[in-house]
Amino acid sequence: MDKKRREFLKIAGISTLAGLGAPAVVDRLVVGSSPLVANATTEADSGGHGNAADSHAAPAAHGEEHGAEIIKTGKRYGMVIDVKKFYDNPAMAEACVKACHAVHNVPDFPDQKEEIKWIWQTGYNNAFTEHSHYYKDESTEKNNVLVLCNHCDKPPCVRACPTKATFKNADGIVAMDYHRCIGCRFCMAACPYGSRSFNWRDPRAASNLQDLSKINRLFPTRMRGVVEKCNFCADLVGRGEQPECAKVAASSRAIVFGDLNDPNSEIRKVLKENYTIQRKPSLGTSPSVFYIV
Amino acid sequence: MFEKALKGNNYYWIWLAFLGTFMAIGALCYIRQYMYGLGLTGMSRSVSWGLYISNFTFLVGVAAGGVMLVLPYYIHNYKVFGRITILGEFLAISALIMCLMFIIADLGQPTRALNVVFHPTPNSMLFWDMIVLNGYLFLNILCGWVILTAERKQVEPPKWIYIFVYISIPFAISIHTVTAMLYCGLPGRHFWLSAIIAPRFLASAFAAGPALILFACMILKRVANFDAGREATDKMVTIVLYAALINAFFVMLEFFVGFYSQIPGHMHTLQYLFAGLEHHGHVYNNLVPYMWGFVVLTLTGFTLLAVPYTRRNDLWLAIGSISMFLGLWLDKGIGFVLAGFVPTPLEEIVEYYPTLNEIMITIAVWCTGFFIMTVLYKIAMGVEHEVEA
Repeated sequence: MDKKRREFLKIAGISTLAGLGAPAVVDRLVVGSSPLVANATTEADSGGHGNAADSHAAPAAHGEEHGAEIIKTGKRYGMVIDVKKFYDNPAMAEACVKACHAVHNVPDFPDQKEEIKWIWQTGYNNAFTEHSHYYKDESTEKNNVLVLCNHCDKPPCVRACPTKATFKNADGIVAMDYHRCIGCRFCMAACPYGSRSFNWRDPRAASNLQDLSKINRLFPTRMRGVVEKCNFCADLVGRGEQPECAKVAASSRAIVFGDLNDPNSEIRKVLKENYTIQRKPSLGTSPSVFYIV
Repeated sequence: MFEKALKGNNYYWIWLAFLGTFMAIGALCYIRQYMYGLGLTGMSRSVSWGLYISNFTFLVGVAAGGVMLVLPYYIHNYKVFGRITILGEFLAISALIMCLMFIIADLGQPTRALNVVFHPTPNSMLFWDMIVLNGYLFLNILCGWVILTAERKQVEPPKWIYIFVYISIPFAISIHTVTAMLYCGLPGRHFWLSAIIAPRFLASAFAAGPALILFACMILKRVANFDAGREATDKMVTIVLYAALINAFFVMLEFFVGFYSQIPGHMHTLQYLFAGLEHHGHVYNNLVPYMWGFVVLTLTGFTLLAVPYTRRNDLWLAIGSISMFLGLWLDKGIGFVLAGFVPTPLEEIVEYYPTLNEIMITIAVWCTGFFIMTVLYKIAMGVEHEVEA
């Protein structure tokens, strides 16, 4: 009897310690491998700025556990797209789309009714409905612009989601939990940028996902009945890499990705040196994607 | 009291069998959709809500409309409605069950529906809609059943039930307000982004709900020997007329704001609905006949209900009330939701064509609602006749 009790207490004690300690250890590890090592070194002097930005960037649902750690670093990831560089090299935009869709196992359904897209090309008028006018220069008129999820600072989709299946991470990335999504498509109605797609049928039945050797094993395929969209390559960024589209456009620096809250980051430098616009700024969503036009 | 629903003449059983047939067909269609996914519907990336959500929206209004009988009777002690308040409550129950069925039919992952409860998210209007719809359903089942039981026993209803009756009145307002908030709080959907949506929803609901009850009363008069009474029907007609007028007024205000300000985003959807919208040389006008149907049917209904000669004639009254109901359905149950997606956020136009499978599921949900309504009304009539006898 006594022995049993002692054993029980031992096990209970150890597991309690483990329970208390594990999250801390995990947090260390996660922060240790945290994104964008290049920018991390300059975090210290940006402390004040970062905190201010994070006070309204309240971590939602899943971000909470690591929230405390990330608030110290105060990241908000963003992207600058130089559309002129894409005008000069339209094939590069095509390559960005292809690379993104390949790395995220995005099913290829050619029928417009079923199509799923994370990043795509559209006309200037379509992308910038508020900045359009009659007499546009020729290259703006005939070329296309890359559009993707804006990872808004105040995302309407997150506000609308009834299950927190879409949420804003403490680093500003608006992400999806495909296992929690009930497929109500409220987020699709809420998104003012048309950035979200729905799996109207089994995505694994798509022709491009039939050859198992061509599927990216590092990213899950989805099931039917859930919404998906660009996730700023949160998984790659978490491993310290650049998002896939930025990698493709890296040589020409047509896409610059980085921490908007770090005044010394490359993206902030680009934003300081160039006139940029956002999509539908009047809606107050504060997009994290900027365009040099 | 359920035994009252088990005794009926041939017409009763034929009617139920008729509804049951469509319910069975719809159930098979739903199994198909469940196995394949929502790709079996006409919805797309651009028009991401279709018949299910548009009918859901309309039926929330029908459910809320029942309060137009409950409120005068319980708050203003308007005795004339005493015999028909139960019809309002039972209509609300049927309409709410249809609403819940439409929501489930529309979910991509229906087995995860309870995530809304497991991960409550107060910033989502859908969360609040879930609460008020289920709350109102519960209140109507409770109040309807307790009061009908008391009537059957020919005793006063217990005092405690009145608390729930009084709570049900703001709940009726809330279900349609919150349903309007699903739409009117979304940035970038100009047609929906209007503070007048909630009042407009309520106005059309307070016309559509009582109009359907009026129609049901005319049928009950013929098949169940139940007379709501001249004064009660006249008063209901008055309610329908004023509510329909206010709804029309609100629609015209939307036109004023759009076309006087000349802001394209505020005009596009109205143009698309009533005239067709030109885009890259093609005129998109799928919904135009439905919207003019709305105008013609509500005007017809209004005239038939407003003119004393036709109002006093049971047949004309029935035609008038059903055309009012159908007209308002075209407005809110077809036009409002579907047109909100036109143009898309990237200012393209994609039109929506519901599939046969989807239409059959929609019809089946309606038939289920009418099935429940028939059974509940049958019970109410049975109690009524038992008391009279």
